[in-house]
Amino acid sequence: MSSKLCIGGIVEPGSTVINKTGSWRTFKPIYHHEKCIKCGICELSCPESCIIKTEDGYYEIDYDYCKGCGICSNECPRETIEMVLEEK
Amino acid sequence: MSKLTVVEGSYAVAHAAKVCRPDVIPAYPITPQTHIVEELSQFAANGEIGACEYITVESEFSAISALIGASAAGARTYSATTSQGLALMHEVLFNASGMRLPLVMTVANRAMSAPLSIWNDHQDSIAQRDTGWIQLYAEDPQEAADMTPQVYKICEDSKIMLPAMACFDGFILTHVYEPVVLLEQDLTDEFLPPFAPEHILDPSNPKTFGAFADPSIYSEFRYMQELGMSAALKKIETVADEFNEIYGRYYGGLIDGYYLDDAEIVLVAMGSVIGTIKDVLDELRAEGKKVGLLKIRSFRPFPTDAIRNAVKNAAIIVPLDKSISIGKYEGALCTEIKASLYNTKIDIPVLGYMFGHGGRDIPPERIKKIVSEAEKAIVNGITIESSYADLREELL
Repeated sequence: MSSKLCIGGIVEPGSTVINKTGSWRTFKPIYHHEKCIKCGICELSCPESCIIKTEDGYYEIDYDYCKGCGICSNECPRETIEMVLEEK
Repeated sequence: MSKLTVVEGSYAVAHAAKVCRPDVIPAYPITPQTHIVEELSQFAANGEIGACEYITVESEFSAISALIGASAAGARTYSATTSQGLALMHEVLFNASGMRLPLVMTVANRAMSAPLSIWNDHQDSIAQRDTGWIQLYAEDPQEAADMTPQVYKICEDSKIMLPAMACFDGFILTHVYEPVVLLEQDLTDEFLPPFAPEHILDPSNPKTFGAFADPSIYSEFRYMQELGMSAALKKIETVADEFNEIYGRYYGGLIDGYYLDDAEIVLVAMGSVIGTIKDVLDELRAEGKKVGLLKIRSFRPFPTDAIRNAVKNAAIIVPLDKSISIGKYEGALCTEIKASLYNTKIDIPVLGYMFGHGGRDIPPERIKKIVSEAEKAIVNGITIESSYADLREELL
């Protein structure tokens, strides 16, 4: 969050646009494009809607909000998504 | 001239709350505070508080929660509580200060259970010291009444925006009948402007209060609360002066002194015991003893600079506490006074006493005995830094 803070933690609607909650993440999902069969299970299982279908039918991950829960990696039948410890 | 009326302390405070024109009063009765909300209930039922909404909630937890909702929606709020009721509010007290809502609450100070006690000491509000609330302590019913519009004016300041407890001693002050000037509505309207917060909850302009803060921004909110408290240090003084100009009564700002200027022994206290101490000091001064009193009116914000300045020429400082931190064997004033003097050039012994816990009476003789102990400590030095002044050894 780069804008000035308001007393009392008072915020206008839409504050999550600037509050990038992906900073919570400890493990980062790395998507290996070449293994993907475009089944879409990862997209369906992501609780934060952070897996986004691209024009070619593959997927990309929105790291601004992905919290690294690893559900996508666990559900993927082809081990396409690898969880890697994220150093910050 | 203002007219004196003999009323109960609780009535004086309830009447003071009424003339501050609160919009919402969520109230739950608890001894010895009950008479305050009873009186307000009567005022509200009689239509004497305008469009005020009086909510009979099912607990103090609900009371403080309703206070928060109402205040966030732009209402001036009032409630009163004590002891276990205040303790039940504990987690929500942090929300009120964190959301910067200027709630005003009278605390009729009472001991904490167990053992069960309904009588006075300061353990209840002192235990809420770090919740981010302003805490002022009154010495008599008139000051407690007069403190009510003062705390509204302090905490509703846009640079402060913090909740406040106006504390006065349960039973000793809540239930005493004595002559007071009931606050005049016209003077109060002149003294206290309407509540006009910058941010309110409004469906047509939605906002979130007390939103989520991750580790990258949390400390800054705490720091901003500290800035609000710092601003209150000055505001408490100016509001006391403004009150004096309009009503013609003054009790000190952050602190007050009695025979303080040339005092070698400085007693430090809060609340109703101030009256007893003043009587004792009149006697001791007549005997030529250089004893003075530092009255702490504002416990939060803690007036560190004012205290340093007030005690710097003393030979010994004697904080008198109606609270105890078990495991430190000290009251809050003792600990905080000592902390205020460290890292300064002031090197004065501090001899702490605790007394009057659970409502035990504090007769003048006890104050005199403490003064004579302090006289000995000036000569011989301090052997025990802090102790009970009224412990009944025969029961142990």
